[in-house]
Amino acid sequence: MKVLVAVKRTIDPNVKVRVKSDQTGVETANVKMAMNPFCEIAVEEAVRMKEAGSANEVVAVSAGADKAQETLRTALAMGADRAVHIVTEAELQPLAVARLLKVIADEEQPGLVIMGKQAIDDDSNQTGQMLAALLGWPQATFASEIEFKDGTADVTREIDGGLETLNVNLPAVVTTDLRLNEPRYASLPNIMKAKKKPIDRREADALGVDISPRLAIHKVEEPPKREAGIKVADVAELVAKLRDDAKVIG
Amino acid sequence: MVQTYSAPLRDMRFVLNELLDVGEIAALPGYEDATPDVIDAMIEEGAKLCENTLLPLNRPADEEGCHYENGVVRTPQGYKEAYKTFVDAGWTGVTLSPDYGGKGLPQLISMVFDEMVCSTNLAFGVYPLLTNGAAAVIELHAAEALKQAYLPRLGDGTWSGTMCLTEPHCGTDLGLIRTKAVPTDEGRYAISGTKIFISAGEHDLTENIVHLVLAKLPDAPPGVRGISLFLVPKRTLKEDGTAGPANGVSCGSIEEKMGIHGSATCVMHFDEAEGYLIGKPHKGLRCMFTMMNGARLGVGLQGLGLGETAYQSATAYAKDRRQGRGLKGAEEPEASADPIIVHPDVRRMLLNQRAINEGARALAYWTALQLDISRSHEDASVREDADELVQLMTPIIKAFFTDYGFEATNLAVQVHGGHGYIREHGMEQLVRDARISQIYEGANGIQALDLVGRKLPRRAGRYLRHFFHPAVAFIEENKDDPELADIVGPVGKALGKLQTATLVIAQRGLGDPEEAGAAASDYLRMFGLVAVGYMWCQMAKCARDKQNGDAFYDTKLKTARFYVQKVLPDSAGLFLKIMAGKGAVMAHGAEEF
Repeated sequence: MKVLVAVKRTIDPNVKVRVKSDQTGVETANVKMAMNPFCEIAVEEAVRMKEAGSANEVVAVSAGADKAQETLRTALAMGADRAVHIVTEAELQPLAVARLLKVIADEEQPGLVIMGKQAIDDDSNQTGQMLAALLGWPQATFASEIEFKDGTADVTREIDGGLETLNVNLPAVVTTDLRLNEPRYASLPNIMKAKKKPIDRREADALGVDISPRLAIHKVEEPPKREAGIKVADVAELVAKLRDDAKVIG
Repeated sequence: MVQTYSAPLRDMRFVLNELLDVGEIAALPGYEDATPDVIDAMIEEGAKLCENTLLPLNRPADEEGCHYENGVVRTPQGYKEAYKTFVDAGWTGVTLSPDYGGKGLPQLISMVFDEMVCSTNLAFGVYPLLTNGAAAVIELHAAEALKQAYLPRLGDGTWSGTMCLTEPHCGTDLGLIRTKAVPTDEGRYAISGTKIFISAGEHDLTENIVHLVLAKLPDAPPGVRGISLFLVPKRTLKEDGTAGPANGVSCGSIEEKMGIHGSATCVMHFDEAEGYLIGKPHKGLRCMFTMMNGARLGVGLQGLGLGETAYQSATAYAKDRRQGRGLKGAEEPEASADPIIVHPDVRRMLLNQRAINEGARALAYWTALQLDISRSHEDASVREDADELVQLMTPIIKAFFTDYGFEATNLAVQVHGGHGYIREHGMEQLVRDARISQIYEGANGIQALDLVGRKLPRRAGRYLRHFFHPAVAFIEENKDDPELADIVGPVGKALGKLQTATLVIAQRGLGDPEEAGAAASDYLRMFGLVAVGYMWCQMAKCARDKQNGDAFYDTKLKTARFYVQKVLPDSAGLFLKIMAGKGAVMAHGAEEF
């Protein structure tokens, strides 16, 4: 089975994000970038599938500017076999990415598309679901465990209040949650090998899909600063404050 | 808040790609694949390992320490898993030749990575440091059969290595060692004796431990001319090359130490243990110096690594801790107090750490690049020049970096105040861990003697000229640049004084070696300050040329000025001390102490 794994370049999760002074977005100039942590988990799972024999080829794909190539190199260094880079300078929103990925999925005909459940920059949590809809494939999101049998996959999902296990027919789209696995560090020999693995450059404009943004961002602000707490004299005052000031109880 | 560290990748990249040309590496034969993008990817991946795996282990392992029971040593909880992660990520055998299963990568990559390991878990780093050193000695000096038998498993981390020099009655003066090597029928040797202070002598990270042991053959000439080097495995090898039965090697106890609690410091007993000669009889010390020279650079990086963590931790605290108000009035009037970073004295401490860290990093990577050139360049004369420069810089990097690294950790405690002195924040651990780096691999006083007694006179001052010539030329070329004059000028003056001090020490030392001895430590420190000053001149020029609105370059120039105005002037005091000669040092009779 061929596995297609989608990865996104985002701000490094350890970087403290700052809002641009004109409030149009967050500052990315001179900020450390890295592979989205959920995507790392997806790559790790795909590579483990290959190591376990349930997959025979892992293809990484990313959409974005030239620098996205570095993220694909990381995926290759972790163990992906080859990569597809959909090159565009345009702003990409989830539907646009899903449409681009559909083109690649149609060409590659993978048995499984695996990707992060969301990216830590915009936290949209939409691309996987949209891609499944566009492809007309089953989807299993928030995976914490995946098992393959007889052309289907048992996917354990983390849902409110517990775990749910779905059985999906393949091909399918699976999105990964944090507890699915712990991604490896790319090893030195694999970093060397990654350099020689092919990255296929595809111009987004040539893929024949509409990637124009559907959503407009009006303003980006820092979350409000946490205010100092206050002491209350008794439970009655606490209840009153929760009801009248915080308005969190009726 | 505990130890804060994120790998200073931006600064590392500045040194590697902007100040130096790391592309030179890929031009060296054998390193064609080590292109700048590959080096960058490796360092970034190494940074993740250090930040996410080694750093979280640093504090708990310090509290727990190693355990000894009936000859068995257990490393702190989490070490085994971290070691496996380290091995899986391929950070063993980094520079070892691919002929013996190594990765054949340049020293530079290894040294950049080592800096990050030292920043995040010095005690853990001791194990691979020694393995790399042992493998280097075997690769360079051992017979082919020994190389084939031992290097692949040292290279892949299955086995680890040690260096066994010190004995209960002798450390610095190895001519006094008593460990014996008696030839046996099969061309092997029976090794008997006791070695102390053996880092990683016994532990549970690897299935076999390869000891490199200094011992004396029955016909050994007295003193250092009679020392031979032997490979003594903890377990001898089976026919198939895997670790077999126990050899006569045992661990008698482990030391309770001031710091690096995760590193097992062992008393090792050799009881007619089977050993194999490395190199020629009685020439063992020379072979061991291969290990020691590499290890000395590695220990120098420990000073730099800890200095970096000290700086980052102190900075995070100084921005977070609110006490009192700025001296010119409240800077953040809406808050109950200002962060302590508003204070000139706190800034003085932070910038002292930072200015030396960044300058030392440049000096270390420059030296590492020379090390690779010295080993792999096609032109023999280029190799020789680079090797001589590395030899000159080795005692400076070892002693200067570790002295300042220790000072940097102390400053981190000071910035934290009482919170630095208690254990919780991990600052006092940095001080305790840093302290050993000034002692092992040749105490810093010995490094100073090495510089003054061996490196200065070597080839009529030729080693020195490898540093002085390019430094003088650079200063001449740039001293009239109006934007750089205030940086280059003072470094030029300090360099001039260093040359004067060099001549004076050489002249006085010729007639009276105690003159050289009395000046040695001050001279080494002065040399270090000037060498780092030379690095700051080059960094300032590079930053000035690149200024493009990126705040990094503006900050670099500010830090260069801090170094020149607030750190470098110490060299003037050292100059006066050197010029004063040995008189006041040697005036007391021993009974007056």
